[in-house]
Formats: sequence, C-alpha cells, structure tokens
Amino acid sequence: MHSRRSHYAFAFFALCLALFLLTFADAAFRRAGSADALAANERLVAQLGLTDLCLFTEARYTRHPSQADLQSAFQDHPLAFEHFPSGSLMPPSQHLLTRYEDLDSKTKSAD
Amino acid sequence: MKTWIAKQKALIDFTLSSLARRKLKNLGLLLVYTIIVFLLASVMLYTHALRHEAAQVLKSSPEVIVQRLVAGRHDLIPPGYLEKLGRIRGVQSKEGRLWGYFYDNVVSANYTLMAPSSASHDFGQVADGKIVIGAAVARERGLAPGNLISFRSYTGKLFIFTVAAVLPHEAELVSADLLLLSETDFRSFFDIPAGYYNDIALSVANPQEVRNIAGKISETLPDARIILREEVLRTYESIFNWREGIVLVLLSGSILAFAIFAWEKASGLSAEEKREIGILKAIGWETGDVLKMKFWEGALVSLAAFLLGYVAAYLHVFHFSAALFEPVLKGWSVLYPRFELVPVVDGFQIATLFFFTVFPYTVATIVPIWRAAITDPDAVMRG
Repeated sequence: MHSRRSHYAFAFFALCLALFLLTFADAAFRRAGSADALAANERLVAQLGLTDLCLFTEARYTRHPSQADLQSAFQDHPLAFEHFPSGSLMPPSQHLLTRYEDLDSKTKSAD
Repeated sequence: MKTWIAKQKALIDFTLSSLARRKLKNLGLLLVYTIIVFLLASVMLYTHALRHEAAQVLKSSPEVIVQRLVAGRHDLIPPGYLEKLGRIRGVQSKEGRLWGYFYDNVVSANYTLMAPSSASHDFGQVADGKIVIGAAVARERGLAPGNLISFRSYTGKLFIFTVAAVLPHEAELVSADLLLLSETDFRSFFDIPAGYYNDIALSVANPQEVRNIAGKISETLPDARIILREEVLRTYESIFNWREGIVLVLLSGSILAFAIFAWEKASGLSAEEKREIGILKAIGWETGDVLKMKFWEGALVSLAAFLLGYVAAYLHVFHFSAALFEPVLKGWSVLYPRFELVPVVDGFQIATLFFFTVFPYTVATIVPIWRAAITDPDAVMRG
C-alpha cells in the first residue's frame, strides 16, 4: 500500500493526541509525587503561622498582601501612585475593600 | 462505513495537498495559532495550579490574626492584650507572633524575619546566635549550613549568626525569603521590649463562631484589626482571578489581531481558492463534498494548533516553571521563589479553551466556502 498524505496526518495527530493524554498522566504522576512536599508545606505554614505565599518580595504589602494596612500602597505621600510593578498585578486585599469602616468604628472603651 | 472512511481519507488527502500548495502561508498561520493557544493555556494552567496550591497550603494558616493599629498604621501589641484576648469565651489558644521585614543592603533584597514560638516545627528550636534561612536567601547569598552571616540592624549594631539549616527547596513558595531566629535574637535585633509582639494568632474552638469572636475582639480591643483565615484565602482567590484577568487583557490585543488574521484567512477566499472550488464543482464535486473538504481544512489546522499549543503550555508551566512569565511576576523583587507547581488540570477549562479556539476557526472556514460552493461553477471561476 502506497503511503498517502492522510496517513502522515493521522500519525501526526495520533502523536499529538498521545502527548495531550500524556500530560494528564504526567499531572497525576506529579501530583502523587508531590503530595509529601505539599503536606510538608502545609505543616510548615501551620507551625510557623505563615499567612501568605512568597510571590513578590519587593514591598511589604506585596509580600504579605493579606496582612497589609490600608495606606501602605500610598505610603510616600497622600497622592503617591503605587510604584512597585507587582502592585499592578494584584488587587488590594479583599478585607481592605470590605472592612474599611472598621478603622473608624465607634469604640466602647479607650485603651 | 468503510466507504465513508475511504471518502474522508480521500478528502483529507486532497485538503492536505491543497494546504501544501500554500505551504508558507499555512505554516505561518499554524505557528501564530499555536502561539496564541500556548499563551492562553499557559495563563490558564499557571493561575489554576497556583490558586489551587494557595488554597491547599494556606488552609493551615492562623484562624484569626489580631493586629493593632495606631493612626491607621501597624503598631506593636503591648503587654496585656494577650490576657484580654484569653478572657474571650471561645478562644482556644493565643500566641503572640514576632515577625518583621529587613532590607539587606548587600543583595538589595527584602527578608521576612520571624521568631517561631513553638519548638515543634521540623527544625527544632532555633538557638541564640543561630539562624534558619529560606532557600532563595541561601541561593542569593551563597550560604550553606555552618556559614556565618552578618546583618547591621536598624539600631546600627552588627549581628552575626550561624546558619543552622536551610529550609527545603520544595517549600520556597511559602518560605523563600524567610529567616528564622530565636526570640531573644529577634527582640535584640529589632529592639522590641519583652512582652511586646507584632501581632497575635488565635485559634477558635468552634469554627462556626469565628465571626462572633471577631466581633467580641473588636469590642474588647477597639484598636485591633482582625484578619480571618477565610479573608486570607479570599484575598488569594481574588489575586489570581485578577492576575489572570490582567494577563488576558494584555493578551487581548494579540488575540484580536489573530482573530482578524484568521477570519481574513478563513473567510476571505482568494481568487485561487475560488477557482479551485469552481473547478471542483465543474468536474462533478457536490456542494457537500466541497464543504467537507473545507471542514477538514479548518479542523486539521485548528486541532493541530490546539494540541501543539496545549502540550507546549503544559511543559512550559509544569516542567520549565513558567519561565516566560518570570520577568513579569518578578517585578523588582531580588528574591524570587523557584517552585514547581503541582499540576492541577481543570477539564472544564480545557474544554472551554478547545471550544473557543477550534470551533470558531472551523466555522469561519466553512461559511464563505458554502456561499461560493452554492453558486454556479462558471460564475465562480470567472470571479
């Protein structure tokens, strides 16, 4: 049987499909392999009481976005624009957006 | 069935020969198409895996964190606050935390310094004069256990520490910039008096009561700012949604350019293609056959682009640590964690990507052909 273009195409797509399916097998394999490391990370977070991922170390409010205070991004002067590059990649922390009123809440007792 | 398969094979043969006649143009299209799928799939896989890992790891973070604000800024927790919190019913355990930031002039990097309170962590109690460092710090400063490292504190005093251990590379995502030292060293380094803490971590007996207890804390300590674990998790969820959105917005220009290019290529028939259809019709091809042939053309190109783009994106994200995204994510950070994400693949996302990349192109190739194919061959050939 002489070779036809469609046979090459089938072989190519079979190879691509095999690679595509292999990514799922690889994902499952790597997930199983990294279960211990993930558990160790979880333990480290629990033991040290860590609150944030170490993704951006350039400024304190990007290193610990969940712990940042409201004014930290504008710390230089009231009209200062955010100037760290990662500030444009992440929004303000969720609780800063919803709990602003807490900062000037009425106090029952002075401390 | 056999005849049907033989017919489709013949159509595919013909389609491939037709594509091969405009080899450069079609290979260019396939390349651009594959790159677009690659970029979209990379963003999708990266953010999904990171979001999943953040949720998985940070579910063990402290349940409630109490900070003290003075004039809208963080301040130290003074003595007496821990006792006041202990009196609130429902608070199971409380722990003053000591942590802060230090800018290292030598490598222009920011570190997170922490004095772990419990001896129960995997590296034991950090002794005075010793330090446990994160893997990125060790890499940046070229340190190994047993080496000495010195820092000039904010008070101007020089402190020398011996590296007791390096935190594992696998933990870089949470600890790349960490420096763990003893409580005594931490207090003298930052000049924090005894009894003062940076913030307080609480655990609550009944998770359902967290919000009530947060309310009670803000009544007892009006200057306190309370951060709940669920808010931390929500913060990360929104960060990744936002980042995915930002990248997609940045990509949208190139996606639109590709859409125009593909639409133009697929829907605008060249004179040569029109002549080809005319000839096929004249030699007896039916409209259905012409449509099937063009369907195969669209399907083969888009399916190849999808499969190649997706596989390349998977390799990029999970085997090459998303190296292309690093300059964007790194910003001005000197310390950047090197981490291998655990592959978490969402079938629904892949199906969506498949639908939005393969389907429109295939349809775009068929519609204009259908219009050309239903007209008189003579008129089509004359243009």
